[in-house]
Amino acid sequence: MDWSLIFSNALAAMVGLETVVFALAAIGLNVHFGYTGLLNFGQAAFLAVAGYGLAISVANFGFSTGAGVVIGLTGAVVLALLLGAPTLRLRADYLAIVTIAAAEIVRLVFRSVSLAEYTGGSDGQGRFSEGFYSINPIAIGRYGLGPLDFDERQTWVLSVGWTLVGLSCLLVFLLMRSPWGRVLKAIREDEDAVRSLGKNVYFYKLQSLVLGGVLGCLAGFMTAWGNTVVQPDNFSTETTFYAYTIVILGGAARVLGPVVGAAIFWVLLSLTDNILNQAKNAGYISDAILTGFQVGQVRLMLVGLGLMLLMIFRPQGLLGDRRELALDAR
Amino acid sequence: MRYAVRAAVGSLVAAACLLLLPAVAIAAGETLQGTLQNGGEPVEGVTITVTTADGDEVGEDETDEDGVFVIELPAPGEYTISLEEDTLPDEVAIREGRSASVTLPVAVGQERSVLFPLGKSTRVVQSDLDRLPQLALEGLIFGLIIALAAVGLSLIYGTTGLVNFAHGELVTLGALLAYFFNVLLGLQLVPAALLAVLAAAVLGGFQDRILWRPLRKKGTGLIAQLVVTIGLALFLRGLYLYLFGGSSRPYADYQLQNASAVGPVAITPKDAIAMLICVVILLGVAYVLLRTRIGKATRAVSDNPALAASSGIDVERVIATVWIAGAALAGLAGILLALGQQVSFQLGFQILLLVFAGVTLGGLGTAFGALVGSLVVGVFTQVSTLVIPPELKNAGALAILILILLVRPQGILGRAERVG
Repeated sequence: MDWSLIFSNALAAMVGLETVVFALAAIGLNVHFGYTGLLNFGQAAFLAVAGYGLAISVANFGFSTGAGVVIGLTGAVVLALLLGAPTLRLRADYLAIVTIAAAEIVRLVFRSVSLAEYTGGSDGQGRFSEGFYSINPIAIGRYGLGPLDFDERQTWVLSVGWTLVGLSCLLVFLLMRSPWGRVLKAIREDEDAVRSLGKNVYFYKLQSLVLGGVLGCLAGFMTAWGNTVVQPDNFSTETTFYAYTIVILGGAARVLGPVVGAAIFWVLLSLTDNILNQAKNAGYISDAILTGFQVGQVRLMLVGLGLMLLMIFRPQGLLGDRRELALDAR
Repeated sequence: MRYAVRAAVGSLVAAACLLLLPAVAIAAGETLQGTLQNGGEPVEGVTITVTTADGDEVGEDETDEDGVFVIELPAPGEYTISLEEDTLPDEVAIREGRSASVTLPVAVGQERSVLFPLGKSTRVVQSDLDRLPQLALEGLIFGLIIALAAVGLSLIYGTTGLVNFAHGELVTLGALLAYFFNVLLGLQLVPAALLAVLAAAVLGGFQDRILWRPLRKKGTGLIAQLVVTIGLALFLRGLYLYLFGGSSRPYADYQLQNASAVGPVAITPKDAIAMLICVVILLGVAYVLLRTRIGKATRAVSDNPALAASSGIDVERVIATVWIAGAALAGLAGILLALGQQVSFQLGFQILLLVFAGVTLGGLGTAFGALVGSLVVGVFTQVSTLVIPPELKNAGALAILILILLVRPQGILGRAERVG
């Protein structure tokens, strides 16, 4: 078994595109779930609307990348308002059901053959990322540190991605220590108490949903540019559930929780994938137990099991504070 | 395991299908080839032509009595292969939305297979009004199956407050267990299904005993428990995929049945029996809930667990019963669903959101609401294909859920309560 390869792959996963995308998605989800206590199970829809908003406006209508980004952001805000307006007055679990349903609607519509002219159907839409790479200031070449090695395009995507992660964390940090953020946290702890103080709980929840959705939207842009294609099945409910696992793993209601969570999550997945594959190739695991195809299934089982065990035994995650979080439905 | 012919049973339309099987290689050079089939029957005498990117014709072939065509190409490159639609038999046409000509690259030495999906001819298509009764019936059957799963989900929610995102995996469990007894152990499907329902019930009770009861004792919050159900669902789906594989497989019995016409609709015997089973079981559930001691106790716990406990009802016993019954009902739903669609590892996951739509539509936590809501969802899903593309029918049902929540948030049979 080639341990140095396993560890360099794990290191690459720690700073890689998936970590960036899921860190951004999870930062948005942390605003919803961690700070406000909203059960948004449709985070994937925000990513999808952003990614497709960008891709379709650039590829089909010839807009510039900047305009595509604005359209993607607008789409996410509209989606948040559409989802929030009817459900935020209801019990917490209604929002959960409506958001997960909405995310599936979004995915099915983008997947639909009838719209394939614009969306590319299940193959997805490409031909939109040239604008993003054409403003790449990084000279052609290979960049890296130790075992990390990226070409100029990857370096550009990751630089932009990590900058966005940094800015998003800063924004969340500043907002959550402001009076506005304290109201959100108070809503999470006791909605009725906040209402009795004369705050418009509904309006605050809606603002939180929009903010988290816009942050999730950045994840949609990054996955679109990083993969140079948007595909509907990259925005399935599993994406949302992975983001939940990341938020809880890192520690809900902690500024850096989602970032730490995303890095650890993808490092763990990379380690299990690589170790299982290598153990298989070295003959330690026979085909009867695990075929190459089944390695991905073991990953799914591990994520599920990890989410369950975390929630049962350490709901505050790595960085969280158990006293701060009273996760409960009302 | 491989199945050359996929039995399209219980599906919306008896769609004819063109399968392409790799034909025997004739020449060493590049070829485009395929087999034209319509519902498993070869289609003979259809002209296929191949042109280059510039429009020059390089080859033509007519399908033989096995439906096979092979066209040799002069060189690798990009070619357009077209099916002459005029030469198709009257009752067959290219499936709607698919093109009769495909442009594709051919690599050096490649014997490339081409797929022309055929369907029922639009030339004999029925009017919307004629299709309505048939779609409504299919929707009713689908709705009844969803209702079986939804009643369990709703009862679990009512008695414990748990929103169980792993309920779809209970549905899959029933189908997989029946597959295990039926295909792997060779039992006839009816006893296999009975055993599977029994096993699902036992496993449901087991799940409550080892997972949910300790969590309730520990005082884990409902939202935390909800996230646990998501983890459990991911874990179980991975496990099913690991054990069963990603393919869809049919049961050993009752696969190919002819539909018999009853008035304006056609129904296969197995669909009729599935419907009957659903109705009998759902009436049975209603009777138990309304007339028996345990049913009354269940409704009491749903209404107010603390009050129920203080009036001498053993709440934990009621919850255990609800889990056992809910898992059995979900398992049965899975078996009946797989009878129409074949068994797959994500059978339950695919209908989970529709089950949720049914439960929410009827009013969270009300067993009868779940029943009504599921029927609405089932019928709406199928009938909506008159207007919207079939691939979007689930999206349509979910959109209706959101719309109804806007107007009547407590659901059809739910009690209005102020929540903010």
